[in-house]
Amino acid sequence: MIHDFTYLQPGSVKEALAMLAEHQDDCKVICGGQSLLIVMRQGLVQTDYLMDIKRLNELSYIKYSDKDGLKIGATTTHREIEKSDVIAKKYPVLVDMEHKLASIQVRNWGTIGGNLAHADAAGDPAPVLIALNASVKVGSAKGDRTMPLEEFYTDLFETALQPGEIVLETLVPSPAPKTATTYQKFNLLESDQGIVAVAVTITLDEAGACTAARIVLGNAASVPLRAKKAEALLIGKKLTEALFEKAGEAAAEECEPVGDIHASEEYRRHLIKVLTKRMAKAAFEQAKKMG
Amino acid sequence: MEKKLLRFTVNEVPYEIYINPKALLVEAIRDHIGLTGTKRGCETVSCGACTVMVEGMAVKGCSVLAMQVDGMKVTTVEGLEENGKLDPVQKAFLDEGAFQCGFCTSGMLMSARAFLNETPKPKDEMEIRRAMEGNLCRCTGYNAIIRAIDAVAKGNYREGK
Repeated sequence: MIHDFTYLQPGSVKEALAMLAEHQDDCKVICGGQSLLIVMRQGLVQTDYLMDIKRLNELSYIKYSDKDGLKIGATTTHREIEKSDVIAKKYPVLVDMEHKLASIQVRNWGTIGGNLAHADAAGDPAPVLIALNASVKVGSAKGDRTMPLEEFYTDLFETALQPGEIVLETLVPSPAPKTATTYQKFNLLESDQGIVAVAVTITLDEAGACTAARIVLGNAASVPLRAKKAEALLIGKKLTEALFEKAGEAAAEECEPVGDIHASEEYRRHLIKVLTKRMAKAAFEQAKKMG
Repeated sequence: MEKKLLRFTVNEVPYEIYINPKALLVEAIRDHIGLTGTKRGCETVSCGACTVMVEGMAVKGCSVLAMQVDGMKVTTVEGLEENGKLDPVQKAFLDEGAFQCGFCTSGMLMSARAFLNETPKPKDEMEIRRAMEGNLCRCTGYNAIIRAIDAVAKGNYREGK
């Protein structure tokens, strides 16, 4: 049963931020609502004001330039990302991730900004975007600020958003040469959230050695987690099967998963080990083929 | 709670209703307009029984606030037939026996119609299965459902056939 609220419908970002400044202590922001409405119905979230930003079309865009990289507005839907030609060309892993995110119905209405702000540890976009070194632009009536997406997540369902702030945009740097990103989650139904998920970016130099690596674990801690010890094992090396194996073991050790109805902690660590190894290898193979 | 004015079109009929802004789309359709073909199932965005089309896109009516479709065109299962003739997808479901208890059927039909509008020639059966992943059938009658959609995609239900 959803508790009663006063429904706010701003007509512009400016108006939205002014409304939020006025009601910030007891206002939730809804966009696609694919996650929020569930927890509201379960009574886990109650709010006096609900501000609906779904119709803020000025935040619905996908822009790309080689210089500035990719910019995705907060109210852009998952389906728009999935079907974007420029994203398919420059960041195919994002299309792959979207195909694995929930169902078509959810992707048709749900938005990237809403997904990121909801901060579910099992969310699909965050690990992939962090592996792509993405930033997030947030704004309030006082102004905008941009931070690495990695720093946006502070705890389970908690973000660095201050009262009065909303997510405005996600920024992804243009792809570096000889670089590839891969993503896989483990689940029983394809449209489910991942029991765990792993995103890996590998950058190679001309000689084929790894110059940069980002390994990001989903649903393996209260926030999307960089497996920095695993990354360190790969950077500066000629990558081999044995190194992928070691990176998997390191990631399994440094993650902080919980046991729940879906999987025990031990099983999650095992899955992290296997998926890290597989995704690192897959990213390596793809990076070799990149110009 | 102050009621809000919602203006929208359901199956090409314009409606103006006053509703509590917390009302979900599926509630507006069933309880305010009285079209009960759209089902309330899991209500946690999992089962797809509440699938309707908004501006031609399949969405789950349990996870959209009714106010969010203000000014938009909604199509429910009751809107599939035209001039008393069933939609090809409906005919194919009948021919293939693509339901047992029938509770998931209206959602299945809406997802199938939205998919075929977008992808009239799916490249293989797997593409159909993926398109239907947001709809669950607890009687597990999936094969007949996929066969029915495949038959429409193959043109077996074109006019005159």
